[in-house]
Amino acid sequence: MIAIVNYKAGNLASVKKAFDHLGYESAITADPGVISRADKIVLPGVGNFEATTALAGSLQEVVVQAIDRQVPLLGICLGMQWMFESSQEAPQLRGLGLFAGECEKFPAAVKSPHVGWNQLQVAGTSRLLRGLSQDSFVYFTHSYRAPVVEATVGRCEYGGPFSAVVERGELFGVQFHPEKSGTAGLQLLRNFGEL
Amino acid sequence: MLTKRIIACLDVDAGRVVKGVQFSDLRDAGDPAELALTHGRAGADEVVMLDISATYENRSTLLDVVRRTARQLFIPFTVGGGIRSLDDAAAVFDAGADKVAVNSAALADPALIGRVAHRYGSQAVIVAIDALRISNGNSLSFGVKATGGRHTTGRDAVAWAVEAEQCGAGEILLTSIDRDGMRDGFDCELTRAVVNAVKIPVIASGGAGAAGHFVEVFRDGRADAALAASIFHLGITPIAELKQELQTAGIPMRWPC
Repeated sequence: MIAIVNYKAGNLASVKKAFDHLGYESAITADPGVISRADKIVLPGVGNFEATTALAGSLQEVVVQAIDRQVPLLGICLGMQWMFESSQEAPQLRGLGLFAGECEKFPAAVKSPHVGWNQLQVAGTSRLLRGLSQDSFVYFTHSYRAPVVEATVGRCEYGGPFSAVVERGELFGVQFHPEKSGTAGLQLLRNFGEL
Repeated sequence: MLTKRIIACLDVDAGRVVKGVQFSDLRDAGDPAELALTHGRAGADEVVMLDISATYENRSTLLDVVRRTARQLFIPFTVGGGIRSLDDAAAVFDAGADKVAVNSAALADPALIGRVAHRYGSQAVIVAIDALRISNGNSLSFGVKATGGRHTTGRDAVAWAVEAEQCGAGEILLTSIDRDGMRDGFDCELTRAVVNAVKIPVIASGGAGAAGHFVEVFRDGRADAALAASIFHLGITPIAELKQELQTAGIPMRWPC
């Protein structure tokens, strides 16, 4: 079972619908017991980095324990940013620090938020991106971006390069919304489901 | 590269897709869920569903249509029409919409925009503006109409777009009432005026009739996205053909997709 962690950050139903469509059992839950028994965990979410304060405490604890047990974890959008150290959006808060660096604002030269379909530059081998072609189009909607780091396996270009996909071991993060990215996004979620 | 978006719009009345001219003379154009999927497969970047009558009796019919559509549509899906409260928005999100479009209720109570944005994020809130040209001697301005184009509001479209952005809107859906259903091109002046005034994406709507109109509204109107209804439903311009033509004209498109 895939646990979709419900921390009240936006509408999480579309992620579940995509897993339903692909035939993977999933549940939207805020129950630490359910999350600790899950085979895989998804941290979805949109909105302000501050929303991640709802994860502090027992939810964060159970997610961190799952990471230690090598349970595959996929952060989507805000969920991915939370896997970094911090964000300029809420500098007083800490992320999980699974990936180095701070999420930052887009430069003033480009319109923000970055909304729409942009291309994925696949860089390096990735289990999550298996079967996705170079320059696949995926759907983004965000005002802050994660830096390109060692774990970056997919970049995107908008006012400079940023991390669209990060992957290290059983840790995965995507800045875009695979559940809203047509066939490319469904392929990515299938890859996660198959891990 | 960030592409310009082509959005297929479904005007829904009592569970059926309809299409009118200048907001009236409605004709049946098919089943909403079916058409949404057809457009998605054909290459639409997003689907917008507008409940144009938005009566109380139609509400459960609409939510059922939204549910059926959302189960199989894996591109952004916006629902609008008759969203008067946070509860109305919540019902539409629960049924599977990714974004809501608010119009008349936001004009009456701009704080509604912030209430929805606070719970679901700004990216989930589109403020729809129905604008009308007002010529006064040599000066041109754009007014705002409410309730499906029936009531004048005394508001200026550009000023309202700016206010909506400040209230927390994530995108503006800007419809030219003058051009709606006319198929003689978007109102590029209106579009450009709003694009220049706000930082959030602007979706141009009203007047799409041929590929050239899209080129104009992306180039001259500086729109981030363009929305059309009848030319897609009636098969006048297949989306695939449109996207290829735009790409040839140098407009970045999600194609092939």
